[in-house]
Formats: sequence, C-alpha cells, structure tokens
Amino acid sequence: MLIKTATDLNESDVTCYEIYRQRRRFLQSGIAIAGAAIGGSLLSRDASARLSLGSIKPGPFSSDEEKTPFEDVTSYNNFYEFGVDKSDPARNAHKLVTDPWSVTITGEVQKPGTCTLEDILKPHALEERIYRLRCVEGWSMVIPWIGFPLADLIKRFEPAAKAKYVEFETLYDRKQMPGQRRRVLDWPYREGLRMDEAMHPLTLIAVGLYGQVLPNQNGAPLRLVVPWKYGFKSIKSIVKIRFRATQPTSSWTKAAPKEYGFYSNVNPQVSHPRWSQKRERRIGEFRKRKTRMFNGYQEQVASLYTGMDLKKYF
Amino acid sequence: MRKQRLKPVVFLVCLLPAVVLGWQLYVGLLGANPIDEVADSTGEWALRFLLITLLATPLRRRFGWGWTVRIRRMLGLYAFFYACIHLFTYLWLDQFFDWGEIWLDVLDRPFITVGMLAFVLLLPLAATSNHYMMRRLGRSWKRLHRLAYLVPALGVLHFWWLVKADVLEPIVYGAVLAVLLAYRIKAVRMVKTTAREGCTS
Repeated sequence: MLIKTATDLNESDVTCYEIYRQRRRFLQSGIAIAGAAIGGSLLSRDASARLSLGSIKPGPFSSDEEKTPFEDVTSYNNFYEFGVDKSDPARNAHKLVTDPWSVTITGEVQKPGTCTLEDILKPHALEERIYRLRCVEGWSMVIPWIGFPLADLIKRFEPAAKAKYVEFETLYDRKQMPGQRRRVLDWPYREGLRMDEAMHPLTLIAVGLYGQVLPNQNGAPLRLVVPWKYGFKSIKSIVKIRFRATQPTSSWTKAAPKEYGFYSNVNPQVSHPRWSQKRERRIGEFRKRKTRMFNGYQEQVASLYTGMDLKKYF
Repeated sequence: MRKQRLKPVVFLVCLLPAVVLGWQLYVGLLGANPIDEVADSTGEWALRFLLITLLATPLRRRFGWGWTVRIRRMLGLYAFFYACIHLFTYLWLDQFFDWGEIWLDVLDRPFITVGMLAFVLLLPLAATSNHYMMRRLGRSWKRLHRLAYLVPALGVLHFWWLVKADVLEPIVYGAVLAVLLAYRIKAVRMVKTTAREGCTS
C-alpha cells in the first residue's frame, strides 16, 4: 500500500479542484512528461534507458560553473531511506515504485486533495536550472535540475491566509525503502519552509536532472530543490504537502536540535558542531573552495532574512 | 606455520587494507568523494587494529597460542600506521595544513579533540615499542602501555561523535572493546583471588 486514503471519499474529494477543472484542457501541455517520468525512473540505473522529458527550456538563475558528472550526482547520495552509506541509495533505490504516485495536499489551503503525479505535473512547463548543491557535510555539486517553480504549484491550491509554513513529507514504506526498517531518523522524513521561502522563484520542484527523468536515488518522482539551504532541506520523493500556521519540525532538527536548525541556510559564518562550514569540497575537485553566503544566492534571497540573527536562527 | 615465517606473513596481511585502498584510489573505485573515503577507511582500520591488538593476550590465555603475543607489537604498530594515514589525510587533504583552522577544530569539535588525544597518546606507545625502551623503562613500560586500553576507548568515542544519526557501527566497536576490557578485569580479579588463597593455605 503506497498511500493510505480513506475509502469513503468520492472522486471530487480525492482530486483537487484545480486539477479537476484543468483536465479538460490538458492537451496543450506536454503530457508525455509524466509517462516518461514513470518509465524512466524504473530504469534509472540503466544508462542506456535514459529517457527524454520532452521540451525543456532553459530557466533563470542557472550557474555557468562546471557541472558535476552525472555519474557522481547519481551515485553519491544522502537518502537515508535507502541506507546510510552514500552508495546505498544507488544500490537500493530500484525498489521504489514511482508509478502510481500521488501527492496529498492538506492543511490551511482552499483546495486540498490527493493528486496523481500526472495531475501535479500537467500544467507546468519544465525548465532546466543549473544550481549549486551544498551538503551540510562539507561537499558540494553543480546539478542541472529539470523542474518548475514550487510557487506555481502552491498557487494552484490557493493557500489560506493562515498558511505561514509549508511542510513536506517523504514516502514511508519499509518494503520500498529498506533504510526505514531501522529507526535512524523518525520516519517519515519531514521538511519545511517558511511560506515566503517556498514561494521564492529559486525554489524548485525537480522531476529530472541532466535532461532525463529523476533517478530514484535522487528523489524520484518529485523532490524539492532549495539551493541556498543545506542539501537535507531539499526533501525527496514527496507524498504530502501540508500548509500550516505554525513552524513544522524537520526530521534532522528533531534528531539533533542543536545541530540542524529550521532555516539551515548555507552560512560560512555559522559553524556546525561537526563541520566548520567555511569551506567545501566540490565533488571532483582536489582543493577545497570557500563556502559562499547563502551558497552564492545572496543577491536573490538575503532580503528574506533582513533583520534576523542568522546565528540564532541557524 | 614455521616460526620464522609468521612475522613476514602477518606483516603482509596487515598491509593489505592499505594496498587495496591505494589500488582503489588509483583506479577510481572510491566513488565521488575519494578523500573522505580514505579518511573513513583508514580511521576504521586504525580502530580495528587497536582492538585486534587487545585480542592477543586473551587468545594466548584461552587457547595457549603463544604466537599471538609474538605479533602483538606489530599489530599495535599497524594501528599506529593506519592512524598516521588517517591523521595525515585530515591535516593535508581536509585542512591543507591550515594550522589555525586545525587548532579551532581541536578546540571546538569534541570528536576531533578526542581523536587528536587518541593519536597523541599513541605516540609514546609507538616510540617505546622496541626492546631497548622496554629494558630502559622496566616496570614503568608496562604501566605506560596500559594506554593501549584507553586509546581504543577514545577511538570509539571519536567515531560515535562523528556519525550523524546511525550509531550502529560505533556501538559494535564499543561492544567488542567492552568484552576485551571485561576479560582483563576478570583476569585481574582471578589472579588476586588466587594470590589470596595462596597466602591463607
């Protein structure tokens, strides 16, 4: 059982209103995307089966730095649902079934419901965004993501005025995600953003990378990408989006509140109890480079935190 | 195995992890972040050799295997050898000899404080591991080398404080160490009891 839904719901309860309305005019948008997304993720480890996502336009904010090789991006992953070693996700993620997939939208929102992956993706034009990814452990990558702004998705569900935060949840299924058999973290994995962070144009829902469907180990079929925050904020394999009036508690914050704060913005001045965050090793490079404030996205996001003590709200 | 062959064979076997690691590094089998892999792997081998060294005495007592004690010094020196690579990887490839940063790390990060302490305590053990120093230090040599019980304990703590969430591996190493130390406590008690009985009879 993938997603537990109450059995006494009728079709209009289960399908979010927005989707229901849009079903009639979906032909204009690239529906091949969803089909490709599902077929590709099952075969994601097989390089010969690399599928295309259809037409992808280049998006804004892309970095012109050298991209981290596909091989490294898809073999060096922190995805504890598939094991704690970096190589575990690539080895175990084939057990994840991404078709069918649905996402439940709940909380302080006008149009809650459960949407299939196809419904989620349909109205959005996909774009490529080449973003830096900085892990809290002191390494970084440059990844060409394929996706669309989270803001565009959120708008469709019409959050209520009370909604100040968005909480995300990863799939919880011990059969598909063998790492969940051990209570390394308090499953399911949860992450959250402040509403303005979620609505920021940099914040992305990714469904692919390197021009192809997102491999399972990278968080298929859809994941968050918040490039100015440490990697663990960018939650993978999302099944639930909840709009909240109060600040959610992230899984890592729950595990170690003194080490992983709610914001977890990349910040070379705030050191982590385990790692000095001043430098990072870009995967594939020998020397370390200096870590930049907000991972180099200061110009875009600094205004979100004006007047905040970032040492206190780490 | 003939006596003279024992040491060369053990020497080569203990060198194997380093050879394999070097080969993996050379052909690119260590994944996307080979430097972290070298640091992790050599750290774990240092800890393993510290524990294997502590196994020599119990094995001799239990099974009468005298050869385990003959290779004990070499095993201890191998622990030091892997600890050296581990530390050097950190100093060079992680910090690039930025001594200010390294000093901050030692002060601010408990797992580094403890790891560094473990290494410092290994130095006198390695330095006095020859016959000359044994003779010269006499009884205090034995007292000094009791540090061999403390160093792996610090090693386990170093590992424990390093991992983010999954403490399974440090727990396993800690449990092995606990068994090895418990054996010694039991052995000391037995010796004392026997000695007392000897006096009263």
